[in-house]
Amino acid sequence: MMARKPIEPGLWILFSVGGVVAAMFVPVLLFLFGFAYPLGWLPSPSHTHLVALVGHPLVRILLFIVCTLCLLHAAHRFRYTLYDGLQLQHLQELIVLFCYGVALVGSVAAGVVLWQFG
Amino acid sequence: MTTERNRYTEFRPRWYRPRMSTWWWLKRWSSVAFILRELSSIFIAWFIYFFLRLVHALGRGDAAYREFLAWAASPGILALNVITFAFVLFHAVTWFNLAPQAMVVHLGGRRLPGAFVAGANYVAWVVATAFVLWIVGR
Repeated sequence: MMARKPIEPGLWILFSVGGVVAAMFVPVLLFLFGFAYPLGWLPSPSHTHLVALVGHPLVRILLFIVCTLCLLHAAHRFRYTLYDGLQLQHLQELIVLFCYGVALVGSVAAGVVLWQFG
Repeated sequence: MTTERNRYTEFRPRWYRPRMSTWWWLKRWSSVAFILRELSSIFIAWFIYFFLRLVHALGRGDAAYREFLAWAASPGILALNVITFAFVLFHAVTWFNLAPQAMVVHLGGRRLPGAFVAGANYVAWVVATAFVLWIVGR
């Protein structure tokens, strides 16, 4: 079984919070920017409006939190997919390093993109 | 694993570890659903990448933003996003339906029925969706 480490409950909490955030915000954002605007179902918002929106520091902080939580949620879930789905329990260290490593790199990338915005 | 040195003898217990197929989850719908939900993680990660490309394009100007929308309308990306949308919705619905098990709410000494907890999550989902539609599309 998994080693009991003090960080595990924290990772599960981040997984849960990330799951809520992903469920609440990803469907609508994907609907708008994945289908509705590219395919012209809805008139796409002007560049000026979106820049004003994302340019607001509070919006950028919120987007950073959303990105980070979603990535941590995904990393945690994928870790257990590899453990249980593919039965790779013996590769624990490697899987943990890979999953959270990718989430960490992604979060830093999100931070850079949002920080340098505008 | 019986080597010369480590051969089975009458009084030495051996491990019983049946081999499980990698495809064990295909036998029941509930475990297929479990694996499908597990796979939603890949698509959530893809969405974050997609979204960050949008933010990056917005920062580079109007032309880059139009380019992003054209890229998003290309068949490959569109197909990927259709699959992503299905997985994300599946994640959201199963997540909210599971909420009563994860969140036990007591009110006035009585446990609130699970339907209320799940219902509250769905209401919050509608509110969040309406808010994003309003703030982005305004």
